[in-house]
Amino acid sequence: MKTTEEIKTDLESKTGTSITVQGEALMVPKEKLFDVAKYLKDTPDYQMDYLSSVTGTDYKDGLEVTYHLYSIAKKEGPVVLKTKTDREKGVVPSLTPLWRGAEFQEREAYDLVGIHFEGHPDLRRILMWDGFEHYPLRKDYTQEDQDRNPEQF
Amino acid sequence: MFGIGVLKGMAVTFKNFVESYYKKERLTTIEYPEKRLAEKERFRNFPFLIFDEKPEDPRCVACDICAKECPPQCITIVRAQDAQGKPLKKPATFDIDYSICMNCGVCEEVCPFDAIFMDHEFELAEYGRFEDLNYTIDRLLKPKEHFMKIRPTDATRIEAELKKKENAKKAAAEKAAAAAKAKAEAAKTQASQVPDTKPETKPNEPAQPADPPAEAK
Amino acid sequence: MMEHTLISKPDFDTQTLEVSLGPQHPSTHGVFRMNVVLDGETIVKLKPVMGYLHRNHEKLAENMSYLGSMPYTDRLDYICSMTNNFAYALAVEKLAGIEVPERAQYIRIIMAELTRLVNHTLLIGFLLNDLGAFFTPVLYAFREREKILDLFEEVAGSRMMCNYFRFGGVKADLTPDFLPRVKELIQNYPRFLDEFEALLSENEILMARTQKVGVLPKELAVSASITGPMLRASGVPYDIRKVDHYSLYDRFKFRVPIGEHGDVYDRYYIRVLEMRESIKILDQAVKEIPSGDVISKVGAGFAKAPRNFKPKAGEAYGRIEAPKGELGFFVVSDGTNKPYRYHVRAPSFINLTILEDMCLGHKVPDAIIILGSIDIVLGEVDR
Repeated sequence: MKTTEEIKTDLESKTGTSITVQGEALMVPKEKLFDVAKYLKDTPDYQMDYLSSVTGTDYKDGLEVTYHLYSIAKKEGPVVLKTKTDREKGVVPSLTPLWRGAEFQEREAYDLVGIHFEGHPDLRRILMWDGFEHYPLRKDYTQEDQDRNPEQF
Repeated sequence: MFGIGVLKGMAVTFKNFVESYYKKERLTTIEYPEKRLAEKERFRNFPFLIFDEKPEDPRCVACDICAKECPPQCITIVRAQDAQGKPLKKPATFDIDYSICMNCGVCEEVCPFDAIFMDHEFELAEYGRFEDLNYTIDRLLKPKEHFMKIRPTDATRIEAELKKKENAKKAAAEKAAAAAKAKAEAAKTQASQVPDTKPETKPNEPAQPADPPAEAK
Repeated sequence: MMEHTLISKPDFDTQTLEVSLGPQHPSTHGVFRMNVVLDGETIVKLKPVMGYLHRNHEKLAENMSYLGSMPYTDRLDYICSMTNNFAYALAVEKLAGIEVPERAQYIRIIMAELTRLVNHTLLIGFLLNDLGAFFTPVLYAFREREKILDLFEEVAGSRMMCNYFRFGGVKADLTPDFLPRVKELIQNYPRFLDEFEALLSENEILMARTQKVGVLPKELAVSASITGPMLRASGVPYDIRKVDHYSLYDRFKFRVPIGEHGDVYDRYYIRVLEMRESIKILDQAVKEIPSGDVISKVGAGFAKAPRNFKPKAGEAYGRIEAPKGELGFFVVSDGTNKPYRYHVRAPSFINLTILEDMCLGHKVPDAIIILGSIDIVLGEVDR
């Protein structure tokens, strides 16, 4: 298994993106995310055929998506990819065409954090109901039942 | 041959059916409430408060740690005050909403004064939904003998620890008093020798109660 | 309504029918709905609808101390609370760099394997319930599960919501008669499994109903992030206990059973085999368990005062092989006593991704057993 730094230099030379290392994670610009992920999946050196987890996080200056990639074929991992997008209209390319496993997890990130995944086949709310207006996992979401009409109860 | 597997399965069912009449291993249910299983000592249900001698003197000092740590936030404590409005080290009200409590046992673990423990009582059905399940301090307080009865191992250990702490406290207080006395005497003799120097430290105050964590202060 | 291509081509006019299976339906294992489009009895489209049990566990966790979330993890997959605790403890220990004493590691492994027994036993019972063997197998399963729950109660104080793990160890040491009782269980359990197998494995009805039903090809399983027994039933030898060597699993000798066809029968049988392997692990663990502390000094301090537990800023992803698949916790710390972000990678949620693919072309009763073979618990799906 290569170290994070080695993966970074390799990815930079092969895909022509500038990647920053954050701890164990590789911060990839969102325009290049799909290429980087595809490279990691298809190159025999990595064979990251298994997307374990997709996490959307609200840092107050923007939204972040974290992907944990593992290789089942080589029993290696993880490679952690991150990408950043803005809060107002956060659009990130969907990785569902590469890994089916991203389908529900991206829907979840869309539902709870409000990240729009471009190219997702079926981007709907999954846990909250249709017509719910907020994104509960954003930091500015207050926990009171915002939709509740007090006279209703 | 088709059907052998089904017959084999039927044999198992039949065996279970017959043996459930006399084999204890297969007959695992009991006739509750006429019969009851023995309670496990570590079984935890809802919390109760403990008092040593009288219910007016609970062990709880209203430090609010359990209320802060309680994951579903079901504990509400108001500290008692004396006539001058000075806070006392005991609760005026101590409410636990049993309809919110999720029996996790965190309050018991974080309590630095061993004042709250998990009870074994589980038949708590009430007619009302709100007030009846909001347990106030008079329903929560139970004597330490009750604790000894339901959880003898833990109770013995905790009582021993408390005793040790109390003894240590007493010893420390005695030691401090002795030290203060010695110092005062030394200061006196010093003062008699050199009249215009003040004693540099004031005598030690009586020892502090067993040190609670930072939150409690 | 959307138009769908009909599979059958009769000479009279037919149309597809849209049916909601659930959310109040005994076969859905909770409040879960499948929006099914039917052509006659054949499924042409299936969309799972979930979220009825959603309580925003992740948001709750962001508003309380690290330890405060531990009892809430019990309520994710409420059948396997011990493994949920395990994964969360592992993630936070990774984040804060807390060591775990050896005895605690052994206790954790014993608990995790007992949980696996509980889960798989129950799953088989309910799978048969879905097949129409109404409640007899479930009660046999419950009877055996009860014995393990009694053990949990004795050690952790609660039968299902154990809340037993702490960062750096476990809450309390084993009781004196715990290990003898586990030994007894290890001796008796294979007998129960034999009986269950005699009841089922060769049963022609079971085979007819489950073989070649809901086939999940290897490639799709890997690409759809399927984990656990589901993945292994499709023939992919991937077990996180073997791959990550978390805790002390590399000390134990056990094999990873894999299936061949990836159908419902394989998924059922893999679980029986896995239980036998779990018993092997338990056997070794009970023999080798060392004496010593059950929680590290640091961990014990934080268990007493969770509010003072402030891991340094950073993030960690801890994952374990839970009975249902890979259970992962992604925890981000900003240096305060509350996690900044707390994400659960729930295996039963992600395993539902390919429910539609497996059900297409099958009949409605098959969809029920395919859902049963995925092994979902709605507390974990909806979080």
